[in-house]
Amino acid sequence: MTTVDDLRQRVADLLAAHPPESTPRQDFLDARFDAGLAWIHFPEGLGGLTAPRSLQSVVDKELAAAGAPDNDKRRIGIGLGMAAPTILAFGTPEQHQRFLRPLWTEREVWCQLFSEPGAGSDLAALGTRAVRDGDDWVVTGQKVWTSGAHKSQWAILVTRTDPDVPKHRGMTYFLCDMTASGVEVRPLRQITGEAEFNEVFLSEVRIPDAHRLGAVGAGWKVAQTTLMNERVAIGGTEFPRDGGMVGVVTETWRERPDLRTSELHDRLLKLWVEGESLRLVSSRLRQQLAAGAPGPEGSAVKVAFSELNQAASGLEIELLGDEGLRYDDWTMRRPDGVDFLGREAGYRYLRAKGNSIEGGTSEVLRNIIAERVLGLPSEPRIDKDVAWKDLPR
Amino acid sequence: MSDLLYSEVEEDLRASVRDLFSGRAAPAALIARTESAEPYDLKLWRTLAADLGAAGLAVPEALGGHGASAREVAVVMEELGRSVAPVPYLGSAVLATSALLATDPSQAEVTERLGKLAAGTLIGALAVPLSTAPGSEFPSTVTATADGTLNGQVRSVADASVAELLVVPAVGPDGPGLYTVDVASAGVTITEAISLDLTRRIADVGLENVTAKRVAVSSAAVSALDTALVTAAGLLASEQLGIAEWALAETVRYLKERYQFGRPVGSFQSLKHRLANLYTDLVNARATARYAADCLASGDDIAIAVAVAQARNSPIAVHATEEAIQLHGGIGMTWEHPAHLYLKRAKSDEIALGTPGRHRAALAPLIDLPA
Repeated sequence: MTTVDDLRQRVADLLAAHPPESTPRQDFLDARFDAGLAWIHFPEGLGGLTAPRSLQSVVDKELAAAGAPDNDKRRIGIGLGMAAPTILAFGTPEQHQRFLRPLWTEREVWCQLFSEPGAGSDLAALGTRAVRDGDDWVVTGQKVWTSGAHKSQWAILVTRTDPDVPKHRGMTYFLCDMTASGVEVRPLRQITGEAEFNEVFLSEVRIPDAHRLGAVGAGWKVAQTTLMNERVAIGGTEFPRDGGMVGVVTETWRERPDLRTSELHDRLLKLWVEGESLRLVSSRLRQQLAAGAPGPEGSAVKVAFSELNQAASGLEIELLGDEGLRYDDWTMRRPDGVDFLGREAGYRYLRAKGNSIEGGTSEVLRNIIAERVLGLPSEPRIDKDVAWKDLPR
Repeated sequence: MSDLLYSEVEEDLRASVRDLFSGRAAPAALIARTESAEPYDLKLWRTLAADLGAAGLAVPEALGGHGASAREVAVVMEELGRSVAPVPYLGSAVLATSALLATDPSQAEVTERLGKLAAGTLIGALAVPLSTAPGSEFPSTVTATADGTLNGQVRSVADASVAELLVVPAVGPDGPGLYTVDVASAGVTITEAISLDLTRRIADVGLENVTAKRVAVSSAAVSALDTALVTAAGLLASEQLGIAEWALAETVRYLKERYQFGRPVGSFQSLKHRLANLYTDLVNARATARYAADCLASGDDIAIAVAVAQARNSPIAVHATEEAIQLHGGIGMTWEHPAHLYLKRAKSDEIALGTPGRHRAALAPLIDLPA
């Protein structure tokens, strides 16, 4: 059992052997991974110590205080939040060794090839085909809404391997090399004017069977692990009081007394209260996780955050009056990572519209809460026992 | 960082209180009792307050209590909300007890009264309108003479109809003061009002040349009263959580059983989403209520925590009970179904100890968001 004192000692040893001021960033990240201080709840040899996840903050704080470099969680968020836990849960020892270290040390950026033009919320309807050919699989299809595909080396990918069985049963999960021949990434311009997402076209891309994650036909089960982790990653983010999108509006409020009206004041206070209560919900969620009993609140937090972000960013535009009529820049940009708060009010308002769609739409999350948390019956389903190929599309 | 979870001791306490209420405050009996000559169940009160020790949880052991904290009281309040049990817990164990605790408890009068309140052998009430918000101006409807004789009226006092002791704010020649008054004293009249909330009654208190004992004066009296109001407002957020929990659980249960159009009503997405929204509200209400209770226990960040909890949980409890009635359909509108008891409690609680708007306004200077 790793204690706080053990961790402090390990951190001290790491800092002594690799002084942050004289160690190149990449070398420090490598050394931290090898010392088991990357994600301490991971197994030894894979960047961790099989220690309680709740103690990660001890390591992070000590390293930050010492001025140590850290990986850019914004840039590799999908790898950390979705790919890594799934690879850990379903990967072979060879896959663990091959992928986890470069993922955490930021040598390889990951993206997620899940959604398709005809399969978003109904992910199991996806049609990207993978056909076995010797030791390889040959993959053909189209994916969409892929954040960061243009700078990723690897992707987690869900495909259809058996169209003759009902949709949930004929899927298989792969780790896809984004530099392989047949992978084409095209920017997908959004309502903000920028292209943070991509369309990805896969034309006879060859993936070795060694890069299959989980059993043939078990893709849905593997994908569930990814999606569950995605919600934890979104809901478990720590933010300070008066922070996030609400913080941006309160800052404007404080700096601009000329814009204040009593009607906007009460609305702002309402949003502040909601923001504070969500901060407490997230804290509670993390405390439950640390106590070893993660609650089902993650989906609720995600729904509530989306609504709060949309309301707060909408209020900001109103508050700005004349200035709210302007937009900072419509030129098509390719941002480095997702930044909800970056740029100006108009951008925040438009970008926040994605919050209730990405990572599970609010509608799907409400179904999940209703069925899995409250135990309500599902709607009658016509696709349950029908082969994928016979489903109306 | 505050502990927002429930401890094992708190869960044990919850189990005992819930067990007591589910056996002795079942909905059908509650409805019958509201129309009886004894709308409060004082036998149940004695079991809760004395046998389970719930009245003295936040009172130090040296003063006859259990030396626990607001966290444990909050758990009792949650169960009170979940059951709307007709007992004077808010008035006696929370409002009157907190007010006396916030005076100098080494005074003989206070020590003795607190001991009995904590033991559950004396029922108290704080003589302010239940709508009084923390931070309100000190009430001046009761005046005191230099020798401690009180005159005046206080309307809408929670639990006063069964109280034996009143803690009365009054303005005397030395300024604001807090006084203790035996309800049995000459000159005290308690006039029961018809309350919107059938399970928590309010009454008007009349005082005519009543002999009283002063237990706090001037700024000490003002701060003792405010402490009582802040404490009660913070704990009321837990009652509101309990109300919302009941509303959601009962509605989910009903929608699983009720068939229409050949399906359980709860399988329709439009209704599922409304319940998912109630669940999201509930998750928020629990976090703010726990934080307020923890802050009241530790003494940190109380003002913000209480204002947030009240501003958030009042509308959540009201909305949850309104949805419960709507989603129960015609049954929700009937007198026999207990949903109305919860709606009445939730709506009264929204006004009690400051409306959400008052709490938001109180928050503004605390978080540097000036009007």
